[in-house]
Amino acid sequence: MTIKTDKAPDSGDARPASETAAPEALKAIPVRHYGRWVSAVLALAVLGLLINAFAQGKVNWGTVPDYFFDGDVLRGVRNTITITILSMVVGVVLGVLLAVMRLSKNPVTSSIAWFYIWFFRGTPVYVQLLLWFNLGLVFEFINLGPIYKDYWSSFMTPFLAALLGLGLNEAAYMAEICRAGLQSVDEGQTEASHALGMSHAKTLRRVVLPQAMRVIVPPTGNEFINMLKTTSLVIAVQYYDLLQATSNVGQTSGATVEMLFVAAAWYLVLTSVLSVGQYYLERRFARGSTRNLPPTPLQKVMKANLLSFGNRQAGGTA
Amino acid sequence: MTATPMVKAEGVHKSFGAVQVLKGIDLEVAPREVFCLIGPSGSGKSTFLRCINHLEKINGGRLYVDGELVGYRQQGNKLYELKDREVAAQRRDIGMVFQRFNLFPHMTAVENVMEAPVQVKRETKAVARERALKLLDRVGLADKAGNYPSQLSGGQQQRVAIARALAMEPKLMLFDEPTSALDPELVGDVLDVMRDLAEEGMTMVVVTHEMGFAREVGDSLVFMDNGVVVESGDPREVLTNPRHERTKSFLSKVL
Repeated sequence: MTIKTDKAPDSGDARPASETAAPEALKAIPVRHYGRWVSAVLALAVLGLLINAFAQGKVNWGTVPDYFFDGDVLRGVRNTITITILSMVVGVVLGVLLAVMRLSKNPVTSSIAWFYIWFFRGTPVYVQLLLWFNLGLVFEFINLGPIYKDYWSSFMTPFLAALLGLGLNEAAYMAEICRAGLQSVDEGQTEASHALGMSHAKTLRRVVLPQAMRVIVPPTGNEFINMLKTTSLVIAVQYYDLLQATSNVGQTSGATVEMLFVAAAWYLVLTSVLSVGQYYLERRFARGSTRNLPPTPLQKVMKANLLSFGNRQAGGTA
Repeated sequence: MTATPMVKAEGVHKSFGAVQVLKGIDLEVAPREVFCLIGPSGSGKSTFLRCINHLEKINGGRLYVDGELVGYRQQGNKLYELKDREVAAQRRDIGMVFQRFNLFPHMTAVENVMEAPVQVKRETKAVARERALKLLDRVGLADKAGNYPSQLSGGQQQRVAIARALAMEPKLMLFDEPTSALDPELVGDVLDVMRDLAEEGMTMVVVTHEMGFAREVGDSLVFMDNGVVVESGDPREVLTNPRHERTKSFLSKVL
């Protein structure tokens, strides 16, 4: 008498069932979660009411799909993605650098990092964007000797103002995230690599940073999603992002509110994609800290027992 | 004794803030010697060990490894601190094994062992890997090369840590209570590896609570208490006929 248990296929447990007489499986009636059913019905009802209200509102829903893949809107989407990624690259690179500077024994570098973070975290990003755009009042020219010379106003394009405004601001936040990550790594790790004769830089790059990543990645994913939405502020420096594109289209076609829904839908699509990416990145950096990697969502779905309404992660008592 | 001592301490002082941890340690470790340090916790034995490879800076006295001043350079009667790079170079020849293993958790066992030869000695990965596998085999873990530290038992982790230290081909090995964090069952495997190492002639300074190991493998033994050396000599002699009251009372509690 053998009972099939749904084991993970990779567990390599290939013992023939006959060899180890498995004990008879326990047959018990599972706890009934009536509360879950009731709350699910309630939630669906509220959702239905909401959908109904929106459907009957004075919104011309037909225009939403019509303009979803509009050329101008797509150009806005592309620009939003570009500026998000580039700003995050600036933010992460500079952030790591600032975090290392902040933790340095050198009082000059740590003070510089402290001052930078103090300034860029202490002023609103909207103000910073405007400042970059208008810095021509202070620096009339930008003069890099023989390489480059131009008026500030023609040097500081909307793209550059958006990139600097968002990226430099992000760096201050990333610096704090990275600092927390670096400090979370056990001091014994540094001692062990120093004892092996590794330099400070090598220790940081090979031993401390990879372990700090596990702490750094989740909030960075958050920052990425935040950044995607914060890019909607670059309208202040006339950068043609998603929101700018949809408002332009909205004004010319008279479908202002409809276009806001288009923008919202696009932002949702983009943030969803990022969330998935974040999940896999976290999984990658969990290497070595857990014995088995957590399953991917797909694996979870394959394994899920669909009959037990609500999975274990839901946790709460419905 | 003609050979330069591997470790030579002259009046070594160390304090953390106002607390004096080492109050003038004088001792010598000869090449190929297994030198055991015992004593109650807080006696300064681990701190002294960490001074030997400059993980702690000493506040007074002189500390030499293989005739070379640790962490400083003396010119005339002035003492200059060494640069980080120079300190790192000194540490290459001194292996250290920690109480809590301190393996790199994001690397497999073999990667842990390869890391320093590749990064510090600039060996090629192929050469380093081959030697790392040999070292893992020597500590009895050839089949665990691809495992991450979290997939190994404490005793296995500590043996990987020993292999990692040996990969730099040190002339001196420091052991900081290498078996204190292990389940009693696993202590033996680690001690066996250390015994083999001693037989091959490695100079070892071992901070330990394993009196059996000290008696059997140790060439000399020092009992430290409260930052000073209370008693030293042949381990069998000190452990069976302690002359000092403090040593007697300590041994009566641990033996």
